[in-house]
This record gives sequence, structure tokens and C-alpha cells, in this order.
Amino acid sequence: MEECAPESADQEFILRMENIYKSFPGGVQANRGITLEVRSGEIHCLLGENGAGKTVLMSILYGLYKPDSGCIYYKGKKLDIHNPKDAIRHRIGMVHQHFMLVPTLTVAENIVLGQYPPWKVLNHMEEVHERIRAMSDEFGLDVDPTKLVQDLSVGEQQRVEILKALYHGADLLILDEPTAVLTPQESEHLLKFLRQLADRGLTIIFITHKLEEVMEVSDRVTVLRDGRVVGTVNTSETNPRELARMMVGREVLMELKKSQTQPGKVIFAVRDLRVRDARGLEAVKGVSFEVREREILGIAGVSGNGQTELALALAGLIDCEFDEMRLDGQILTKHDLHRLHRMGMAHVPEDRQRMGLILPFSVAENFVLKSYRDEPFSKRGFLRFEAIREYSRSQISKFNIRVGDIEEEIAHLSGGNQQKVVVARELDRHPRFLLVNQPTRGIDIGATEFVRQQILAQRDAGAAILLISADLEEIFALSDRILVMFEGRFMGEVPPDPALIEQVGLMMAGKAAVPAD
Amino acid sequence: MELLPALLFLQSTLAATWRMATPILYAAIGEVFSERAGVLNIGLEGIMLIGAFAAYSTAFETGNLVLGLIAAVLSGLVCGLVFALFTVTIKANQIVVGAAFNMIGMGITGFLYRAFYAESGKVLSLKTFLPLDLPFLSSIPFLGEVLFRHNIMVYATLLLVPAASFVLYKTAFGLSIRAVGEHPKAADTAGINVHRTRYISVLIGTSLAAIGGAFLVLAYADQFVEGIVTGRGFIALAVVVFGGWSPWGAMGTSLLFGVFYALQLRIQAMPNVLIPYQFLQALPYLATLLVLVGLTKRRVRAPKALGIPY
Repeated sequence: MEECAPESADQEFILRMENIYKSFPGGVQANRGITLEVRSGEIHCLLGENGAGKTVLMSILYGLYKPDSGCIYYKGKKLDIHNPKDAIRHRIGMVHQHFMLVPTLTVAENIVLGQYPPWKVLNHMEEVHERIRAMSDEFGLDVDPTKLVQDLSVGEQQRVEILKALYHGADLLILDEPTAVLTPQESEHLLKFLRQLADRGLTIIFITHKLEEVMEVSDRVTVLRDGRVVGTVNTSETNPRELARMMVGREVLMELKKSQTQPGKVIFAVRDLRVRDARGLEAVKGVSFEVREREILGIAGVSGNGQTELALALAGLIDCEFDEMRLDGQILTKHDLHRLHRMGMAHVPEDRQRMGLILPFSVAENFVLKSYRDEPFSKRGFLRFEAIREYSRSQISKFNIRVGDIEEEIAHLSGGNQQKVVVARELDRHPRFLLVNQPTRGIDIGATEFVRQQILAQRDAGAAILLISADLEEIFALSDRILVMFEGRFMGEVPPDPALIEQVGLMMAGKAAVPAD
Repeated sequence: MELLPALLFLQSTLAATWRMATPILYAAIGEVFSERAGVLNIGLEGIMLIGAFAAYSTAFETGNLVLGLIAAVLSGLVCGLVFALFTVTIKANQIVVGAAFNMIGMGITGFLYRAFYAESGKVLSLKTFLPLDLPFLSSIPFLGEVLFRHNIMVYATLLLVPAASFVLYKTAFGLSIRAVGEHPKAADTAGINVHRTRYISVLIGTSLAAIGGAFLVLAYADQFVEGIVTGRGFIALAVVVFGGWSPWGAMGTSLLFGVFYALQLRIQAMPNVLIPYQFLQALPYLATLLVLVGLTKRRVRAPKALGIPY
């Protein structure tokens, strides 16, 4: 690392990260000369797509990674950080996207974890509880210090994370995509709370890829793309369109073109579907719905309210009970569920890496996962590699998938390109009934736009589509009808009218008293 | 059976119970620390053997049992350092390294024993730790024999278990151990040195296992024989699981095993018993398993990061 001056040249900023470079084994260059300046007491958004280098940059600041080169100045002085302990000592707190809480410990134990020398006897936990209660009241966080973290909801766990940072006296707080796991109301609440903290003088760095949040909460925003800074702007002097262009590097269609269609006959219908989860608890508690030709039925809801089990059951991957199920007029039994994919159903699963793809296999092999037994890909029990390769090449150009070589392991592709492979494979079967679960989670804007267009194209071509997504914006952009799921039941049906987002948010939190049918 | 012989039988069985449980308990308590920190050490059997041999040879050469015990602890620490080097620093598969320790323990102690003792023609027995008859208490009928006529290493378990429990649940270090075994990344983010915590936990584990092995030669049998540990290291592994990864649980389970072990030894010794001895030897394992399957209602989960290098 080159020599850094002992003091920051510019004392205006509480934090100055200068020319940060970081690459990982395997050649990924996450940060390529990033300079970030943050003012004291502001909410500063770090905006960028997945893989832009936001989280890596903040992990460097928090001592989790060591930069290859670059200098960090904090409160005017050169900052040497080797591990998170140093960061905490310098009063930097971070709320990670995947919470860093130990589920089997209590809230208080999690908060004091790592704060004492090893020989310290923990006979003062009552005082710690008191202090946590006092802070919780002061900030209106509603945290019970004696509860086990594993018994808390996701929203509560996030409040524990924030309280943990405040307890350690943080005056710079980093939040990594904090709203990804929250309902719209919870997000709203969080953003207001952050504004209060900033008003008290706390400096906040807010990592996100959601433009509305940037506009709503931040004072300034720094946009990253491919490990470089595109620019830093005052939020009041910009607009979502400009931010999107900076983030993606080209004009982005903010609105999808959705044509008006007339739904046809019922393709898929189920009555009183019940599914148990892995622990044997009823996760889907008797739901009924039907999906028509040329129609997208959206299922909204916070993750973990039975959507996963619903999708797995329809894909024949876990056991379920139902009164009646029909596909294309045919009455189905439980045993047919395993064969649905042979009866005209396609499935884009929630977790592409574990269910949609076989990561150590090549791109070409993943393209024919469901059809390798059929002509022309195999003949008399032998695979015909030339046909498989040719097919894969045509799919790659058709779906504009960026891949070096079709023999490459699919694990090496970016999330967006992996998802395109899954979507290409499933849509190429021209399904009558398409089950799509979280189709754009964790992929970049470009790929998201593309995947959504493909789903709409299938609808216009006559497929009946069941879309499950925790992303409300996606549900509203694609669906023709919306069902809101909460604790295994449908709370009600709404049309995709943007004016109803508020109401859907309440239903997602279980607060609407209108049960479906 | 008449009343008096029946009582005597019960008395001798129960008196042996605690003694039988002791070596297993030492190893199990140590393994609780190791596993709570996320390191599964299936090499207990081999490390107990090494501890037993280190204790025996030192005590035999110097005539000092305490030096023997110290030698056992040192051998345990060396084993622990090697084990942690491979499993924590190099991130090798813990099962493979543990299995290697079992084979090395068997081989090296067998080799050294034959080379230096087996055919030397010397008298090979040690003067073991003698039972300390506690004044007054030991003369209480029945209870005196069962509880108050044991040697120092057996009594020491009464200190070991609460001490282990205190460290694990009431100190900052114990909190770190439990966090590291459950969610090492969270512990790391909270500023805990995951590798150091795992090293120390593994060292606690292996030194206690070595003490368990030393018990067999210093306070149970009076000499070393090849394979003297006879599976106790593996039982200790099971004891940790059935004890729900807690020191008190490990104690209860060890005692349960001890009862059945003492019982089968006595049944074997009875005349006119026609049950094949192989079956009797299997009895403690089978009975412990059945009792615990019947008793355990609340299923305790293993530490989540158990067996996964960080």
C-alpha cells in the first residue's frame, strides 16, 4: 500500500475513502479506485446494482476485508482498521444484509458479544438488560433484551442490529440493503427512524439499489458501477431517471409495456390446498385460486408466509393435501404433481443456485437438464453433444446471455446470467402453466428488465402464469390480479392499481380483515 | 436373591458407577467445549490412549503420579495443537483428522509400549491413587461405600462439571465459544477472534481427554495395556450428544452409562450366568441408548457450525 498522509487533506468530511482498490482471488475486481466522501450528520446513499462493489467497499471500512491499496480518513485522521473490533472501537457500526446475530443467544448476549475480555464474569446482565430497555424506549425500538434471537421476527432482528450498533456508541452507521426483508410499512418506519437518528447527529451510509428509497431518505448519493464511482450528487438536485442511467450506464425503461389482454379459460385451478413445512407445521392453510389463459396472477407477501411451500408443493417437491386440482381441464391427483412438467407446466424456482441449476455443470448441460433424454439431445441412450451445443448457442444468442464459453461451469456466471439460463430453459418448453418464484431477486436491472419482458411475452402468447414475489413493485408491474398471502392464507384480492400499494402493504402485515373467498 | 446379598450387590454396583463414569466424563466435558466452538473431534479415543501412555510411562519412570498427570496434560496439549493446526488453520476435514488421531494413538502407544515395557521383564504395575475415605462420611452404611470412598480423580469431577458449566454459561469466554460454534461469521463481526477461540476450545478438549486416559492407568488399572481405552472415547462422543452439549447433561449421561457398565461387569462375574459375554459387553451401550431415547423429549440441536471450518 502506498503511503497515506497522517491527516485528511479535507477536514470537511467525517469519512474519506480514497482510491480504494480491492480484488479477489479468481480475478474479480470489486473496487477499482473508489473515492467516497461522507459529511457528518448526513444520510449518504451508496447506490449501485448487485456486484457494483458497494458491500465490499463498506466491508473494507468495517474491517472485514483488507483493501489492496487506498487510504481511509475518519474524523480527520488516517484510519487503520484490521478487523471489526477496530471498527467498533472507532464507533463505526454496520447492519449487515444477512444479520450477524447468533440465533441461540438472547438479544442482550448478542449485544455484549465480543465486548469484554474473556475472563470477565457475566454477573451484571441485569444492568445490561436495563440499559438496553432504556435505549429501546428512548429510540422507540421495542426490543426485549431477554428474548432469544431465534424467536424474533425479521423486522425485530433488524432493530436489534441497529440497537447493537447504537449500544456500542456508533456515530457512523452503515446499513446494507436494510429494506429488502421488510414490508412497505416497516420500511417506511425504518426510513423515518433513520432520519431521526441523522437529526441527532449520527452519520448514516445507506446501501441500496432501490431508487425510491434514495429519493426518500438521502441527503447525497454516490452511484457505483462495476467497482467505480459514476458520480456523487445531491439528492435534491437529481431524479430517479438520472440515477438509473448512472447506475446502469444506459437509458432504462422505467415502465414495462404491458398490453391489455382478455384472460381466456381457466388453465390451472386448485381448491383448499394445504402444505406442511419441513418442521411439520402447516405453512399453507387451505388456499384456493385459479389462473387463466393470458393472465398473470401475482402472489404478494413478505417472505416466509407460505409462498415457498406453495411453490414447492405445486412443483411436486413436497407433500400436500387438496380437495381438487385441475390443469387444462384434467383432474389431477397428488401423484400427477411429480409429472406436471410433462403435462405442460414450467417452473422458475426461487433459489436458482440450489434448485434451478446444477452449479458444477457446464452452461450447455444446464440448458438440457430437463430434456436431455429426448431427441435430438440423446439417441438410443447416448448424449449427442453436437446437438446440445448447437441448441445452447442458439439460446445464448436469443436470450443475450453473456458467457465466455458454453462448456464453462455455470457457477462462474453472474446471478443475472444464471437466471437468464433458467428462464430460457423453462420458457423454451412453451408451457401452458408457468410457475415463477422470485424471478428477479438479486439480479441486476438489465437482467431484471429482460426477465420481466419474457414473462409478459409468455402471457401474451397465451400461458397462464402464477408469479410469486416479495418485491411489490414487480408484483404491481406484471400482475393482472394480485393475491396477498399472510401466514399461509390469502388476505384478499386486489387489482394492480398503484394507488392500492398502501393497502397491499397492510394486508402483507396481516392487517386487513377481508379474507379471500 | 436374599435381601443382604442383594443390597451388597447394589452397593458395589453403585460404588463402581461413578468410577466407571469418570474417564468418560473427563473426555466428554472436554468435547463439549470443542463441539460448542464448532470443532468435532472424533479422535478422542486416540488422544485418550496417548494421554494414558504418557501418564503411565512418566509415573512409572519417576514414581510420581502427579508428574504422570502433568505429562498426560502436556501430551493432550500437543495433540490439540496438531489437531487444531489441521482442522482450524489448514481447514482440513475434521472427521478425517480425527480418524487419523485414533489410528495414530493406537499405533504409537502400542509400538512404544512394546518397545520399552512389554518384554522388559520389569514389574510393570504402578501404585495408583488410593481411595480417600472421607472421615465419618465414609462410615455411613451403604452411602459411605457408594459416595465417599473414591480416589482424588473421581472426586475432582465434582469440581470439573460446575466449573465447566460456569465457564460456558457465565463468562465472556463461554459466550464467545457458544457464538463461534453457532454463527462464526457473526462472532467475527462482533470482534471475536474465531480461530483463537477454536484453538483454545480444542486444547481444553484434548487435554481433558488425555486426563481421562490418564485416569485409566493412574487411578483405575495399575498399568498400561494396548488399547486400554476400549471405546470410551467413542462413548464420550455419544455422551456429548445425549447430554445436549451441556456439562451437566454429560455428567448425567456418563453416570447412566457407568451404571450399566458396572452392572454388566458384575453379571459377567456371576457363576451360572449363561448369557454370552459379548452380549453383556454390548449391554451398557444398548441400555444407555434406549433409556435416553425414551427420556429425551426436548430435542437439543447441535451447534450449527459444528464440523465446518471457518
